[in-house]
Amino acid sequence: MGRNSILEVKNLKVYYKTVFGDARVVDDVSFTVYRSEIFGIAGESGCGKSTLVEGIYRLVKPPGYIAGGEVLFEGADLLKLSENEMREIRWKKIAYIPQGAMSSLNPVLRVEEQMIDAIIDHSDVSREEALEIARRALSELGLPEMVLRMYPHELSGGMKQRVIIATAYALHPELIIADEPVTALDVVSSREVLQTLSELRDRHGTTVILVAHDMAVHAEVDDRLAVMYAGKIIEVGKVDKVFYDPLHPYTKGLIDSIPSIAKKKMIKGIPGIAPSPLNWPPGCRFHPRCPYSKDVCRSEAPELKEVKPGHLVACHLYAGD
Amino acid sequence: MKMEGTSLLELRNVTKIFKGGGVYGGKEFRAVDEVSFSMPSEPSILALVGESGSGKTTIANMILGFLKPDGGDIFFKGESVTSWLQRKPKEYRRKVQAVFQDPYEIYNPSYRVDRILKLTVRKFNLAASEAETMRLIYEALEALELRPQDVLGRYPHQLSGGERQRLMLARILLIKPELIVADEPVSMLDVSLRAVFLNYLEEFKSKYGISCLYITHDFNTAYYIADKAVVLNLGRVVEIGSMEEIVLRPLHPYTQMLISSIPLPDPKMRWKERLELRKLQVKEIRPEKGCPFALRCPHATKKCEEVKPPLIDVGGGHMVACHLYG
Repeated sequence: MGRNSILEVKNLKVYYKTVFGDARVVDDVSFTVYRSEIFGIAGESGCGKSTLVEGIYRLVKPPGYIAGGEVLFEGADLLKLSENEMREIRWKKIAYIPQGAMSSLNPVLRVEEQMIDAIIDHSDVSREEALEIARRALSELGLPEMVLRMYPHELSGGMKQRVIIATAYALHPELIIADEPVTALDVVSSREVLQTLSELRDRHGTTVILVAHDMAVHAEVDDRLAVMYAGKIIEVGKVDKVFYDPLHPYTKGLIDSIPSIAKKKMIKGIPGIAPSPLNWPPGCRFHPRCPYSKDVCRSEAPELKEVKPGHLVACHLYAGD
Repeated sequence: MKMEGTSLLELRNVTKIFKGGGVYGGKEFRAVDEVSFSMPSEPSILALVGESGSGKTTIANMILGFLKPDGGDIFFKGESVTSWLQRKPKEYRRKVQAVFQDPYEIYNPSYRVDRILKLTVRKFNLAASEAETMRLIYEALEALELRPQDVLGRYPHQLSGGERQRLMLARILLIKPELIVADEPVSMLDVSLRAVFLNYLEEFKSKYGISCLYITHDFNTAYYIADKAVVLNLGRVVEIGSMEEIVLRPLHPYTQMLISSIPLPDPKMRWKERLELRKLQVKEIRPEKGCPFALRCPHATKKCEEVKPPLIDVGGGHMVACHLYG
């Protein structure tokens, strides 16, 4: 290791109470995020990636609850903080950009008002100071100051999302968690937004957790990438290792399923369907769809283990050597 | 009936104008501006590629007859869509089918799968008897690798996302249209399901002769299945060519920008240069004259701001609307 970690998630469990019992949406997840890196979380719908970051940011609402684990941020367990202490963390230390945040901009207020409100809400500054902070944030992200006087409908989609990022960045948090920040955007807008996130890391040393279902987005900007399947992280490693030397059969299948203009190849997809959190398969949760499954896969859940330097996988194929 | 060489689908100078309310200051809004392209009579997949606001969904709605063009005309097998819909609407609906983004919302939730499919057979008079109806349904389901005994008795909500998607395709196969209009059919699907869906569209074309107008913002999936592409920008066609040509040798600066901005699933092929952020437009602006891309184009001249560039053939069926090639 030796690297400076900023966030350590240990055995985090986020469950939802349902009439059929607990839905174990995030089930015993552990990972470390290092300072000033872009840490990607990939996975298909329903794998628990959004719930995982909601758990980290303590936004899980009933019937959801945190069933166990620790979220260590700079040494303190966020899950043990009081609501007031957590308020001191949110925005100032860790900012979170939920999925679809840009459509939550108020259409009848200028960007200025909305940025000021957000800043005042999370710090003890006057309106004038807040406006200064908003200006500074925009210029730090290379956005023109004129957007302050504009209404959301006057902004392009990419510009809206970058205003959201600037607002999240305004109080200079050390960690920004962005959930699907480019999902609804056109390619050029996506590129602007991803470039903005990269700049936060490059110029300001901000750590970014980037949740996205699109593997190409991760290939473009991540330093390290975690892949989730059925409520668990099944592989973590440097992004080029995960793409060029994927260890888990699911990661392999996922990468082989992506059509790309860079290469014309037959894509097959992954046979079978993703399981339900109410009824995860026993053993390895991927075994019903896995072409390599053995007896042990049906009975024993594989642990996430480091099998190559810095490259972790939860798969019985790599046991014992 | 069919004339030799008649296109399956042809759009000739199709224009759609929306009269704006407050947001556009009551001004006219040309969602689709003199769009022309065609699909050949032999089975093919044509990608209609554009960003949001390009007018691609409005074009789909006009082809399906949900909206009427304000100018120009759309022809299906040489006859205008308006005339098809007046004279033989059912036949048109059977020949031209839509594929939707969300395969959940199109089914009546209180009908079981067998009833949904039987109604389809009855509506389009696809079978003469009950036995034939069931035979067709079994065939269609099996072609999509759905087990009839597993799905027929279930309600749509009891099917998985992947099964609903297949059910929708099975319904299409039952109808065997000549053209599918698919508007962003895979944008909501996970990649592992996406591959399967795209492969079925290809199989529909090669095995059953069903053509497809594949409407998308995503060049990656378009490149995978389409033969030809039409690129739209703010309601106008900027480039037409074989899918290969458009991706490998894009001519229009807009297409070039789109292609170079596609994230590739390969960490060794990251974007090399930065997009110059300050130069990009902040607002969504739709110029009233000239080239729709002039405001963002690195090569724009005075002429580009004044005169709409016509679509010209630069050879081999590759067409581009740009003064650079005029």
